[in-house]
Amino acid sequence: MKKPAISLPLRPAKGSLVVRDLTVRYGNLSVLQGISTEIRPGRLTGILGPNGAGKSTLLKALLGLVPKEGGEVRYGGQALRGEQVAYVPQRSAIDWSFPATVWDVVLMGQVRAAGWLRRIGPQGQQRAAQALERVGMWAYRNRPIGKLSGGQQQRVFLARALAQEAEIYALDEPFAGIDQPSEAILFQVLRELADAGHIVIVVHHDLGQALAYFDEVLLLNRVLIAQGSPQQVLQPQVLQRAYGRILPLDSAA
Amino acid sequence: MEGLWHSLADPLRFAFMQRALLVAVAIGILCAVVGSYLLVQSLALLGDAISHSLLPGLAIAYLLDLNLFVGAFVAGVLSALLIQWIRSATPLKPDAAMGIVFSAFFALGILLITLIQRRARIDLNHFLFGNILGVSTADVLTVVGITVLVLGLVALFFKELTFYSFDPLGAKAAGLPTAGLGWGLMALTSLTLVASMKAVGVLLVLAMLITPPATAYLLVPRLHQVMLLGSLFGVSASLLGMYASYYLNVASGPAIVLVASAWFGLAFLARVIFGPS
Repeated sequence: MKKPAISLPLRPAKGSLVVRDLTVRYGNLSVLQGISTEIRPGRLTGILGPNGAGKSTLLKALLGLVPKEGGEVRYGGQALRGEQVAYVPQRSAIDWSFPATVWDVVLMGQVRAAGWLRRIGPQGQQRAAQALERVGMWAYRNRPIGKLSGGQQQRVFLARALAQEAEIYALDEPFAGIDQPSEAILFQVLRELADAGHIVIVVHHDLGQALAYFDEVLLLNRVLIAQGSPQQVLQPQVLQRAYGRILPLDSAA
Repeated sequence: MEGLWHSLADPLRFAFMQRALLVAVAIGILCAVVGSYLLVQSLALLGDAISHSLLPGLAIAYLLDLNLFVGAFVAGVLSALLIQWIRSATPLKPDAAMGIVFSAFFALGILLITLIQRRARIDLNHFLFGNILGVSTADVLTVVGITVLVLGLVALFFKELTFYSFDPLGAKAAGLPTAGLGWGLMALTSLTLVASMKAVGVLLVLAMLITPPATAYLLVPRLHQVMLLGSLFGVSASLLGMYASYYLNVASGPAIVLVASAWFGLAFLARVIFGPS
């Protein structure tokens, strides 16, 4: 296949993701309680909070990946459908020794679009190739995924998400432990997606970076502590309610 | 060289050797392809659990004069359902659930077969260790039928099964019916084990599922290549094992498994000596 020109057709979100009174339990343990929020398109939205606050669980519950105890999630007034969503799991959730090349993984982004019993056609392959090119990983397409750095692996997964042509992009800790060039590319792509009118939701652990990255943040600790612009939310008094102690922004991780 | 050819071709004038040959080729491919999915999902132990659980199904089918393959398949699926039920309804870990279920099924199978042996002459060893030289024409038809069916389904759903195996959450988020794919894979695994039990026996069939794909996994980097190269290892192992069974008069299961293990040993040594490919 020849090197693709970069022009990713994008499919903007149809409306907000509206969450009403969402509650999630694991066994007897209540993980999330009474979360109500609206996540709007066109903005980079970060989910922040201490370890064990339920950030990843919230992201999964929004997408219907974990069972809800109560409440509902609506997108444009309707239930969310799979083809509207691209999800990037935490890197630690993936078995990187799986026998697959970069190209194999990015093509997975086109599995749903191709449909049952159909091969991924030239158009789908083109789309996947453009996505790889966009994250600067085209040259690595034949490399086994286990032989990439953490940042490169994250870029491949972002490319897979791009290849899904979704309306909602949901990423779990994409910036954790990656190199600076990968971080820059990741942020740039997410920024473009948001600017193009998508819903972009990112679970993030670093409060300091959050100021620069996000248009909107949700501060979480089992319940939704605060939501708003990073400047509004990342105030010592507000953070104390989530973290239970006062912590300066630059040392928070 | 001519002597070797002769000793390979000569036995094939017997109808039972021709039947054995067909079964050997079929299960060599079938086990490697389905086993590749078990391998990458770390489900080797589940394959072992289901294969041991086939035994009571065989015995009950024999008692009721039903088709042995159907009985074994039902028992295999039942054990997988039971394991999943115990896992979801208790805090027990998967390995404990599997250990409990498969040893219980296996014990029941042995018990039933020893009861049957009081009034009929059946050889327990054939169930446990396989007898590829003793397969009937009906067996061959069943094995080839299952092989065509399972390989066809894997080919049709390859991209979905692979996405699901690699990243179940991502696949679910993209709207794939992951629960259905998971159970489908269990059904394909049960079918594969059922098809292989006459040749390799329920105790050793795990080796045919795991060892050839694991050998290939050491050598090639993509899943479909693991399946193809694994099939080559699987077919050659079952063929050589079949001849060993013929010439040395040993049970076919252990012979086949030892050849597969030898391939793995070579690939493993190559990796240790020359480093990863």
